[in-house]
Amino acid sequence: MVIAGIGHTAFGRLPGRDTVSMNVEACRKALEDAGIEKGVVDGLFVKVPTSRFESMYGQKVAEAMRLQPRVGGVWDQGGATNCSTIGFACMSIAAGLCDVAIVALADNPKTGTRAAYERAGGDDAAYGWFGVHAGYAMIAQRHMGEFGTQAEQLGAIAVAARTHGANNPHAALRLPLTIDKYMESPWIVEPLRRDDICLVSDGAAAVVIMSEARARELKVAAPVPILGFGQGHTSWDVPQRPVMTTTAAKVSAQTAYRMAGIGPADIDVAQIYDCYTIAALMTLEDYGFCKKGDGGKFVEGGNIQLGGRLPINTSGGLLSETGMPGLQMVMEGVRQMRGTSHNQVKGAKKCIVSNQGGVMTTHSTLILGV
Amino acid sequence: MEAFPAPERTGLNSAYWDGLAEGRLMFQRCLACGHAWLPARAECPECLRAEWGWEEASGQGRLVSWVVYHVAFHDWFKARVPYNVATVELAEGPRLLSNIVGDAALRIDMPVVLAIEREEGVALARFRAG
Ligand SMILES: [Zn+2]
Repeated sequence: MVIAGIGHTAFGRLPGRDTVSMNVEACRKALEDAGIEKGVVDGLFVKVPTSRFESMYGQKVAEAMRLQPRVGGVWDQGGATNCSTIGFACMSIAAGLCDVAIVALADNPKTGTRAAYERAGGDDAAYGWFGVHAGYAMIAQRHMGEFGTQAEQLGAIAVAARTHGANNPHAALRLPLTIDKYMESPWIVEPLRRDDICLVSDGAAAVVIMSEARARELKVAAPVPILGFGQGHTSWDVPQRPVMTTTAAKVSAQTAYRMAGIGPADIDVAQIYDCYTIAALMTLEDYGFCKKGDGGKFVEGGNIQLGGRLPINTSGGLLSETGMPGLQMVMEGVRQMRGTSHNQVKGAKKCIVSNQGGVMTTHSTLILGV
Repeated sequence: MEAFPAPERTGLNSAYWDGLAEGRLMFQRCLACGHAWLPARAECPECLRAEWGWEEASGQGRLVSWVVYHVAFHDWFKARVPYNVATVELAEGPRLLSNIVGDAALRIDMPVVLAIEREEGVALARFRAG
C-alpha cells in the first residue's frame, strides 16, 4: 500500500468554516496532489471532530463530496484515529472491500466549540480535577520522580518543535523558543508550563491510500510506501494505570516494526505526537529509541533537531505547526520520504509516525519508506 | 460564581459518599475473585461478576503522583490556586484522586493517611503525609 497524495487547509484561525467544508477542501487538495479524479475513490474514512461529536458524520462528508463509498464512516480514538484508519484503509483495500481510500479529518476548536476540551472532571471535580492538562501533568510528575527527568529536558522537545516550525511557512506558530524562554513560561498545571502544551487550531487534512499497483496504473507521481502500522490502547483513566510511565505505544510500535521487518535503529526521522512534551518524550522511550527513563537524556543537546541523531517533528508538530489531532504528522512523514520537507533530513529512507489520543489513552503507529 | 462542583450521587455510589460522611472510606471488593476497586462500578472489572460488597479502607496509602494547578478551570477554585490534586493508592489496592493537605514536601511513593474534610457539606477523602 502507498500514500498517493496529501492535502490540507490553512492551519490556525479559520472563522466561519464548518468542518465538512474544511474536509472537502483537504480531500480536493489530496486528490490534486495524487493527480487522480474523485470518481476512483470508493473508501472514505473520517475522524469525527473532537470538538463536536455528530452522528453519521462520515456520511455528511461523503454527501458533500457526492460520494457513495463502498466503505465509509467515522472512527473514534481521539488523536490516534488517523494512523489507525490508514491501517484500516490498507486492510480494506487488501481484503477487496475498496480500491482507493481517502482518510480525512477536520476540526475547528479555535473558532468553533471547545466544549469537549473543557469538560469537568466528573465526581473528581470536587477535588479540583478538571481538564486534560492535569492528566499529562500527573504522568510527567511520576516520570520525573521515577527517572529524574528534568524540566529542561521537556523543554528540549518544545525547543526542537518550535525551531523546526519557524522554518515551515504553514506553521501556525512561527516563533522560535530558547530553553531560557521555556523556563520563564508560566505554569499551567505543574509540572507542565504553557510551552509544554500544544496549540489549539482549526484545520483539515486528508491522505489518499491505494495499492502500489493501482498507483502505477493511475500514474501517481510520488507514492510513498506504507511499511507497517500498529495500534495499542492503554484505555484506563490515568490514576488507574498500575504503571503510569509506560503506555501501549510500546505494543503499537512493536506491531508496526514487526510488519515492516525493521527496528528503531533503522529509523532516520520521526514524527512524534506532541500534544504535550511529556507525551513525545515517553513515546520516544516506548518506541525503543532509548531505554525507559532515558528519554530526558535522549532529547538533550540537539539530538532531536535537524542534524541530530533522530530529528523529530520536522514540520513543527502540534506544538508549532498546528494543534490538529494527528494527520499533519503523517503528511510530514510523506514529505520527508519524498524529499520535499522544509526541514529535509538528507537521505532519509524510513520515517515513523505516532498518533495518540486522550491522555495517552489510545495510540497508533505508521512506518513510511521510500 | 459557579457553585461547588458537588459529586453526583447515584444508587451505585451513595454508600461511598455516605461512608465518608460517617468518617469511613469505603471501597468495593468482589465476592467471587477478591479484586478491590474504586470508583464505584456495577461489575467487578477483573472477573466481570456482579457480586460484591463494600469494605472500609484502613486509611493508609501511598502517593502515586500529583499535580499543582496554577490556573483555575472552575470559578470555585480561583481563590485556591496554587492547589494540588493527587493520585493515592490505598493499602488495599484501589486508587482515587484526592488532595494532600498540610505543609509536608511531596515526593512520589511517600506514605499518606486519610484526613477526611468537609466542603460545602460534602465529606471528601483527602490525605496528609503519613
Ligand atoms: Zn471479581
